[in-house]
Amino acid sequence: MLVAGVDVGSTQTKAVILNENSEIVSRGILNTGANVVKAAEKAFQAARSAAGVEEWEITSIAGTGYGRYKVHFGDIQITEISCHARGASFCFPGTRTILDIGGQDTKGIHINEKGEVVDFCMNDKCAAGTGRFLAAAADVMSIPLDDLGGVALQSDNPLRITNVCTVFVETEIMNHLSRGKKGEDILSGVHQSIAGRSVSLLRRVGIVPEITFTGGVSKNIGMVKALEEKLGSTINVSDDSQYMGALGAAIFALERAKARHDGQEAGAPEATIKERK
Amino acid sequence: MKPSDGTFIAGVDLGTRMTKCILYDPGTDTFPARSTDYSGHNLALAAEKGLAEVSRLAGIDPGEIFYVASTGYGRYQAPMRQTQITDISCHAMGARHLFPGTTTVLDVGAQNTKAIRIEENGRVVKFRMNDKCASGAGRFLERVSKGLEIELEEVGELSLRSKDPQPISSICAVLAESEVINLVTAGHPLEDILMGAHMSISDRIVAMLRQIGVDGETSLTGGITRNAGMVKALETKIGKPLNVSEDSEFAGAIGACLLARRRLRKLEERMALNNQKN
Repeated sequence: MLVAGVDVGSTQTKAVILNENSEIVSRGILNTGANVVKAAEKAFQAARSAAGVEEWEITSIAGTGYGRYKVHFGDIQITEISCHARGASFCFPGTRTILDIGGQDTKGIHINEKGEVVDFCMNDKCAAGTGRFLAAAADVMSIPLDDLGGVALQSDNPLRITNVCTVFVETEIMNHLSRGKKGEDILSGVHQSIAGRSVSLLRRVGIVPEITFTGGVSKNIGMVKALEEKLGSTINVSDDSQYMGALGAAIFALERAKARHDGQEAGAPEATIKERK
Repeated sequence: MKPSDGTFIAGVDLGTRMTKCILYDPGTDTFPARSTDYSGHNLALAAEKGLAEVSRLAGIDPGEIFYVASTGYGRYQAPMRQTQITDISCHAMGARHLFPGTTTVLDVGAQNTKAIRIEENGRVVKFRMNDKCASGAGRFLERVSKGLEIELEEVGELSLRSKDPQPISSICAVLAESEVINLVTAGHPLEDILMGAHMSISDRIVAMLRQIGVDGETSLTGGITRNAGMVKALETKIGKPLNVSEDSEFAGAIGACLLARRRLRKLEERMALNNQKN
């Protein structure tokens, strides 16, 4: 039995295919772009071709992320809050707090021992403290987004970034550059600024160890270090941290498929998995 | 050092985006030359260039400017200044000069939006400002025009053709940029998206204006006055016409000149008094 989870984020769309033992068979990722429906299809297709499977072989598909209702081929839609919680506690069973930093949203999620969402908090009104903030910095400094974290780590004298607004930070960075400040010091300041805002977001849901970091920004080593410093503890980061939402969705899809399968065998009416809030 | 000598006062308004400079002749009470240019990184240079440009336009030697008053966020970075005055005071004064009946001033610049209430005598009694977030400032439009790949100068005129404005739900300028791209993909005409963006910024600006009261005569100042679409959107939301003139963009620089003259007069009076005592 194979199932899939498709996470349509504001910046990137991720797909994961799982087998019945909850093992990841393949992954797909691409930039969401303007056509969300197409992005979902393409990511799913990328994951399928990586695994060499046809669409009919996938028993159940769950969509998540801000574009989850655009996953037209999906069987269910589940909020990214539930999916990140599910994925994080699957990878790190001790997880009680999740920080998900994506392209446009930052979320703090508090879960109980059973992996159920107790509380969450999110920042979706403003790009401050999200991946877009880093993207703006990368843009102004003409440094590839993937290199930002590494460059920031070289700093021994981080600058204080005073602006909250992403648009204004671009101006602030340009001013620092024109005054001959070092790129690594500016970037280190940018990372610390985001880390500071993320930690205050987490405080609103309560910071209970273990803390798991998910979303695209968790790929940034500089961000991981800045967060660990601010939190005073280590944080869990999986190699699949970027796919955590898709993985969580796929696990929900698997449960649904198994329940349906068991239900059919017992001759009971089709079982439904309700979305956890 | 007397304004009545017929030599010039210059007002330099160093904004986050543009530097506005105006030349004032206290003898004739006229403003013979004005200039705008990008502020860039080097504000001292921007101020210097502004002064050189207005001198050139007026056909005077820069040495004939005996007093420079700076204002705007970069007012402390003009080394040649004799004084610096806050933008609030300058915009209030400038708006009163352009439209004597002004009771409220809305100054919308690239990064800062200010709502200022002034008394009959021109004194500032209350103000609100937003400089933390680009959502209600010119930079919001800049991002939207970037997202749509339209020159900022064309945005206003184009938006006026709109028949079905598309509201922009994002407050954040960065997130709005992605939203407008999605609206384009969905097939909405550019003018409708632009007017939607203008309406959206207007909402936030008007909310600020309401905090100081919307009654009386409102004058619009700052770079936004060059955008006809924005003026129309604001007038629609406020429900009354706004005072806007060719010189509205220079309100800060004009105010700086006039406040400088007032200050010089006070100095003169004091000196005259001292002379009498001696």
